[in-house]
Amino acid sequence: MNINLTLIGQTIAFAIFVWFCMKFVWPPLTSAMQERQKKIAEGLDAAGRAERDLHLAQERAAQLLRESKEQASAIIDRANKTANSIVEEAKTQARTEGEKLIAAAKVEIDLEVNRAKDQLRAQVAVLAVVGAEKILESSIDGAAHNELVAKLASQL
Amino acid sequence: MANTPSEYIQHHLQNLVYGEHPEKGWILAQTPEEVAQMGFWAVHVDTMGWSVFMGLIFLGLFRLAANKATTGIPGGLQNMAEMAIEFVQGIVKDTFHGRNALVAPLALTIFVWVLLMNSLKWIPVDYIPGLASLLGLPYFKIVPTADPNGTFGIALGVFILIIFYSIKVKGLGGFTKELSFTPFNHWALIPFNLFLEIIGLLTKPLSLALRLFGNMYAGEVVFILIALLPFYLQFGLNVPWAIFHILVIPLQAFIFMVLTVVYLSAAHEDHH
Repeated sequence: MNINLTLIGQTIAFAIFVWFCMKFVWPPLTSAMQERQKKIAEGLDAAGRAERDLHLAQERAAQLLRESKEQASAIIDRANKTANSIVEEAKTQARTEGEKLIAAAKVEIDLEVNRAKDQLRAQVAVLAVVGAEKILESSIDGAAHNELVAKLASQL
Repeated sequence: MANTPSEYIQHHLQNLVYGEHPEKGWILAQTPEEVAQMGFWAVHVDTMGWSVFMGLIFLGLFRLAANKATTGIPGGLQNMAEMAIEFVQGIVKDTFHGRNALVAPLALTIFVWVLLMNSLKWIPVDYIPGLASLLGLPYFKIVPTADPNGTFGIALGVFILIIFYSIKVKGLGGFTKELSFTPFNHWALIPFNLFLEIIGLLTKPLSLALRLFGNMYAGEVVFILIALLPFYLQFGLNVPWAIFHILVIPLQAFIFMVLTVVYLSAAHEDHH
């Protein structure tokens, strides 16, 4: 348990160990740690930035959505208006067309009626003559009474 | 080997000494008397061997970690090394206020090395001496920090650094002035101040070395005493004492490191 040369040997060993640690152990490990710290800090920073970006993008998307909704409703409004006006137009057109058709039909009907009346008149004249012949049992000079019958027919 | 309990204890507290015997030349001492005759010119082979071995384990492991160090996800070894480094860095940052690239690696070396040397105490007291006696070695004491040479060797290194940095930072004049004029700033009290300060200075390595040595030596003696008991009693005492050393061993390494940092910090402080 006495002090001897071991003391010096131990001091020398200690000095060598400290030197080695300072030269070859401490710097690479601490620099690796610092670098990792930096990397982590950068990573966190990037994550923060990304979050901010995401927030902005979300806001933009919401705004776009709002705008497009407004546009869509405006378009729908416009379309509705157009459709209404087209329908109105169609209605009026149809009405005028219908009226025109009705008018044409009336004209035709009138014409038909007149023609039928003319035919009837002609036939009535013949019938009247035939009837009169039957009544008189004698022949009548057609030529002499034609004028009389025509006058009668025109009064129908 | 030993027969009586006192011989057994003495045997376990005797280092393996290689030195210059006045009559027999350079030999391995076989008896305590031979050791006493060798005087200063002798080496504790076991203390030197185990302390250097522990130092190599420390540096080997940490160098391996440093070689493989990545900035990505660290592996187990690198994790362990980084934990130790961060722990020491925290202590140094809190305690040491100067700028010195030496202090933190120094503190790391002291902490891990002393921790490893202390932890040799967990090896049961008869294993290594028994093995050594099979190899024909008369003595073998494996805990380098239970040898005053081991602890004083480290403390001497710290003391040299304290003196070196005191003179480097304050200058030889400044350092002398600090020793002469504190605590009483009066010329008439210079001898008294010098006496106080030099004692204070010398106390630093003494307290470092003796605290570690005392703790380790006492623990060792208790382990040896327990080993003298009948084997069915040993278990009940040995286990709690070994578990208690889970606290003592790192604590002593930690105290040695912190005090070293504190002393070096004081050496760097310039009061003028």
